[in-house]
Amino acid sequence: MTDLTRLTALQQAGLLRSGEVSSRELAATHLDAAQRQNHALNAWLVIDRRGALEQADAADARIAAARAEGPAALDALHPLAGVPIALKDLVSVRGGQATAGSKILEGYRAPYDAHITGRLKDAGAVILGKTNMDEFAMGSSTEHSAYGPTANPWALDRVPGGSSGGSAASVAAYHVPVSIGTDTGGSIRQPAALCGIVGLKPTYGRVSRYGIIAFASSLDQVGPFARDTRDAAALLHAVAGRDERDSTSAPIPVPDAWRALPAPDQAAASLKGRRLGLPREYFLDGMEPGVEARVREAVRALEDAGAIVEEVSLPHTEYGLATYYIVAPAEASANLARYDGVRFGPRLGDGDVLANYLATRGQGFGPEVKRRIMLGTYALSAGYYDAFYLKAQKVRTLIKADFDALWAQGFDALVAPTTSGVAFRFGEKMADPVAMYLSDACTLPVNMAGLPGMSIPCGLSDGLPVGLQLIGAPWAETGLFELACGYEAITADAPWRAIEPTALAQADDPAMPTPRQRAAALAAGLVG
Amino acid sequence: MATLSRSDVEHVAHLARLGLTAAELDRLEGQLNHILDQYAILARLDTEHIPPTAQTIELESILREDVVTPSLPVEAVLANAPAREGDFIVVPPVLGGE
Repeated sequence: MTDLTRLTALQQAGLLRSGEVSSRELAATHLDAAQRQNHALNAWLVIDRRGALEQADAADARIAAARAEGPAALDALHPLAGVPIALKDLVSVRGGQATAGSKILEGYRAPYDAHITGRLKDAGAVILGKTNMDEFAMGSSTEHSAYGPTANPWALDRVPGGSSGGSAASVAAYHVPVSIGTDTGGSIRQPAALCGIVGLKPTYGRVSRYGIIAFASSLDQVGPFARDTRDAAALLHAVAGRDERDSTSAPIPVPDAWRALPAPDQAAASLKGRRLGLPREYFLDGMEPGVEARVREAVRALEDAGAIVEEVSLPHTEYGLATYYIVAPAEASANLARYDGVRFGPRLGDGDVLANYLATRGQGFGPEVKRRIMLGTYALSAGYYDAFYLKAQKVRTLIKADFDALWAQGFDALVAPTTSGVAFRFGEKMADPVAMYLSDACTLPVNMAGLPGMSIPCGLSDGLPVGLQLIGAPWAETGLFELACGYEAITADAPWRAIEPTALAQADDPAMPTPRQRAAALAAGLVG
Repeated sequence: MATLSRSDVEHVAHLARLGLTAAELDRLEGQLNHILDQYAILARLDTEHIPPTAQTIELESILREDVVTPSLPVEAVLANAPAREGDFIVVPPVLGGE
């Protein structure tokens, strides 16, 4: 019998329809893997075995009813019906926790479902639990979680990336075939790259954020993690589209093409004549040679398959980091004002309301969140608004115009590195916030411009995964999916594709230290 | 570019309603100034005639019909309150004194 956890979501869906496997069996097998390895990985903040098995039984009943009704009813079932999934712990699920990785939301129970939670429940997907993350999605390593860091399934002393590190690690470690993350400056694409899986940040406005804890509202988007493009597209299809409870969700049709992507042969053939731009500014000084080599090999493979690749320039790229680190903290400082200990969460301190605010927020938020609230508050404060926030919004216009010029020249997509390095060790970037911020230098301009961006695995450097970033024009996710499918087809037999995350056997060992213990030991200089 | 003094850091912390320890204020003074140094690069760009971008997808304002729709039950909302009395959330006196 094949190991069910190695199947993609769509393969699992096939077995559910043919009756070869039940949703309960799928859920139980995946839950076992998650529960066995969470000690070593800390990818999950909640593993809801009971709730998941109930959902799986309900899915099995739906599938059985459809089977009794006939083939048309089986076909009409949603592709994710009965399939296990994980949600980042900032997505509301009615009655469950949503900590956003913060102590300030300890004990909070979501009183309603997020829009995407409702869509996934309607589809019959089985939510196994909630995944770890950097506090309020602020970070690039998941080390800023109040509930301890997550380890990378490729090397337990390294980070999975962030902020959606738990969602990425859970998919890479075969605890679920697909999961949901959010991406404000790279929080889906960067962990996807570091964990060797597929991750997509859709066009701003593609997915409703109703019921999702906000970080920076002009940048945040929700998107899928998966181990291949077809699964990512199927999951995005399930959650995308206009929702009147999020005024920024766009009334743009969701293409059914996402559920019928071309077969490998066609996808490979469709690479011929595709015009791809290679932005020279994304090959940063100090980029790891192994990462650059894998990205350039991937670009050559696309060229060999008939794509037309031209080097292009996005001249304002170097201003992206400073612009982002004004806009995002400014928006965060406003969004996070609501955590005041009045209506929900712990309330600390004695005396008047001000004393409550200071104590609740001072003790409830972690260091990175405080840093960003401080930055944002300063950038918006009297006398500095024009110099910082307004200036950054103007530079944002220039960054977006760089991309617009390339779309006007007829490029189908851009290809670039997702990150300039592979997964780094715990603690390596914790002492210097700017070094951590630089992890997202190649991803955050895409958020500034509101574009869809995707990271797909393109090989290993020193045994660790490298991500290839694909960037599209607004609403051009279909083109990215086709391009990614084409790349998957032409590299289907590449030796690196057969290599599973190399620390999974260690993660099975209950004697392994937890990621928190590893990080503490590294910090204390006890380990190499 | 601007530099933050220790008292500036304390002022911003007050505006942000963050109760910080002396050690946190010390650390933030160094870190925030290091981050502000990175912002200096923006001064190189002449943006006088560039319009600001607040959002990227250029949607028209979308309005819905002004009709009452169901909202959360009172119990569901109050279930998360740290302190309540009847149908109200309890907070310490805001205006001071009796």
